[in-house]
Amino acid sequence: MKFLDEYRDARIARTLAKEVAANTTRDWVLMEICGGQTHTIMRYGLDEILPKQIELVHGPGCPVCVTPLETIDKAIALALHPDVILVSYGDMLRVPGSNSDLFRAKAEGADVRVAYSPSEAVKIARANPDKKVVFLAIGFETTAPANAMAAWLAKRDGLKNLSLLVSHVLVPPAIRALLATPENRVQGFIAPGHVCTVMGYSEYEGLVRDFNVPIVVGGFEPVDLLEAVLMLVKQLERGEARVENQYVRSVTYQGNVRAQEVVREVFEIADQKWRGIGMIPNSGLRLSDAYADYDANRIFDLDLISADEPAECISAKVLQGLRKPTDCPAFAIRCTPENPLGAPMVSSEGACAAYYHYRRHAGSLTKIAV
Amino acid sequence: MGTKSVELRSTGRARAPVPTRAVMADGVKLASLSCPAPLTTRDRILLGHGSGGKLSAELVRDIFLPAFGNPTLAQLNDQAVVSVNGSRLAITTDSFVVKPLFFPGGDIGSLAVHGTINDLAMGGAQPLFLSIAFILEEGLPMETLQRVVASLQRAANDAGVQIVTGDTKVVEKGKGDGLFINTTGIGVVQQELELSADRAQPGDKVILSGYVGDHGIAILAQREGLEFETTIESDSAALHTLVAYMLNTQYEGGAPLLARVARTGNSEVCTSGAIRCMRDPTRGGLSSTLNEIAEQSRVGIEIEEDKIPVRDDVRGACEMLGLDPLYVANEGKLVAIVAPDAADALVEIMRQHPLGKEARIIGAITDKSASLVTMRTTLGTTRIVDMLAGDQLPRIC
Repeated sequence: MKFLDEYRDARIARTLAKEVAANTTRDWVLMEICGGQTHTIMRYGLDEILPKQIELVHGPGCPVCVTPLETIDKAIALALHPDVILVSYGDMLRVPGSNSDLFRAKAEGADVRVAYSPSEAVKIARANPDKKVVFLAIGFETTAPANAMAAWLAKRDGLKNLSLLVSHVLVPPAIRALLATPENRVQGFIAPGHVCTVMGYSEYEGLVRDFNVPIVVGGFEPVDLLEAVLMLVKQLERGEARVENQYVRSVTYQGNVRAQEVVREVFEIADQKWRGIGMIPNSGLRLSDAYADYDANRIFDLDLISADEPAECISAKVLQGLRKPTDCPAFAIRCTPENPLGAPMVSSEGACAAYYHYRRHAGSLTKIAV
Repeated sequence: MGTKSVELRSTGRARAPVPTRAVMADGVKLASLSCPAPLTTRDRILLGHGSGGKLSAELVRDIFLPAFGNPTLAQLNDQAVVSVNGSRLAITTDSFVVKPLFFPGGDIGSLAVHGTINDLAMGGAQPLFLSIAFILEEGLPMETLQRVVASLQRAANDAGVQIVTGDTKVVEKGKGDGLFINTTGIGVVQQELELSADRAQPGDKVILSGYVGDHGIAILAQREGLEFETTIESDSAALHTLVAYMLNTQYEGGAPLLARVARTGNSEVCTSGAIRCMRDPTRGGLSSTLNEIAEQSRVGIEIEEDKIPVRDDVRGACEMLGLDPLYVANEGKLVAIVAPDAADALVEIMRQHPLGKEARIIGAITDKSASLVTMRTTLGTTRIVDMLAGDQLPRIC
């Protein structure tokens, strides 16, 4: 398939892996931010073809995983309201809240519908004027413009029965929080290509300056990721720290300006809790006051609740790249995708789920020569 | 167990009025919540219990087998083979709840006939008779029923099986979804033939009869209104003539296809137990089928990514929807586990049949990693091909 096969080409991938090996003289710890990138690394076994000195650790960029427990609990409570239709992205349905998930709510009679796009929530609201339609608006900067458009359309058309339960997270503040922790091991970042398609990459320049850490905007296919690793290694070996763009076929410096405008129109920056990590200042988006009428948090009486992950879960350390999923004593035993103990096991893009699905056997594998 | 919900049915379902647990005021008020405990999957039936993945397997293991357990059922094949007065009968049953009822490449009627025939054929049986039971929703247009019935009859005729009994129930409007079909199929199996998912042995080869993912994507594209340059058609087809050809058997009365296909001199290799088992990878896709075989035979299966044929348009749709074609349903494909020295010859034979033109060896049975399916990726690395817990869900981004 055009525009995909060339980025999955085994010969190019091996050539890149060899070039990484030729350029590596010492150990480097690199983090890919996005869960989609983690998924590709595990699915294609990219860590197997990279030299031993390159350690890939997996960042917090799985929007489903980092959505706080209380947001899931609120969504479930809203869904069980007989007047409410809850509309969600598909992979949120299996995410466990404190004691249920949306699939179970659906089995208990809740009207939960899967949408590919937030505009479907607008359509459902128009078609069901006697129902209150709540869209579970989660994600990183990637989904923010489309989620914002749903609120924008509702306001423009005077739709009174659509609201958004918002849990939006932002990448640069999360990287800043990781770099600021004393235990940080990460020496270079692969920034998420889809987020940067929307936002551009100017906002990573401050991180490079403040922490002297190289950041390469990377794509999602094996060749993209290997090339991004190569670009990072070259910078690190030369003692450089710059923002570079590997994902040039999608990402520009300024990003999608019109998408940014609608996000700024509808949302404002706010402190945000990340499941498995905790509160990070200015790391989220909430609906601005002008859109208060579309904010499920304000129009429904949702009590503040706070819930914690089971103590055994080491997700905070996994999401900061301090530990590997396989370091966890509960991994694949008490914690599985069917019964996850913590955030990174809940979505297929979470680091623990990616290890579970693709690499449980990894202990028996040896690194293969490139 | 042949219960079958062909696809994820997550949108637009009728909803029964069930009291909520939340305290209602003007809005919604949450009950106070305690420390999260792992969720069990046992308190209610979820959609995932019908997906053919781990949850379905749990139902069989925890509810059905303890209640009905007997040696025939415990084999967990797509069909049961029982002896009656010296004859070996194959029996299978299957329910069809596909939405939409009509889709490119077929409809619920042809699908019901093909699906039931295929479950019989995977046991090496010659399908003979079908029952058809309808659950109809009040208000269903008569014309819809007539179209489905005509399609059932056409598919049965083409396959050389007879519909010999049936039943009709009507449920109130809102209590069904237009039309559901249950079918039971009966066939006969040759005396010496033993095909079972617990017979795979290390060294055996895994043969796949053609492209994967066509049916599931055809249904999803139709349901979601997705448009591609070409229409993706379901691969729904009755596989019994291909199986007969593989087993070198000629049915009495003969299906018309057989006459047109020339046989090779190599066909004898397949009659003497070289084929260990056959499965049609329906819901849950190729990965679930391989995982079931690995589990039941307590062997490892290693497949090669670049050997698995996926049409470009199906791949494109899967990329867009965030789905893996290995988990997408097929309705006209089979997987055969075959002794190593017979595999090449069998592939040659299959390729002469219209439904086996793309047949190929995609992997082998191993004695390492028992009950685990692994895949050699295009990059030469190895990864697990897991059985899904429930349905594949479209990803957020």
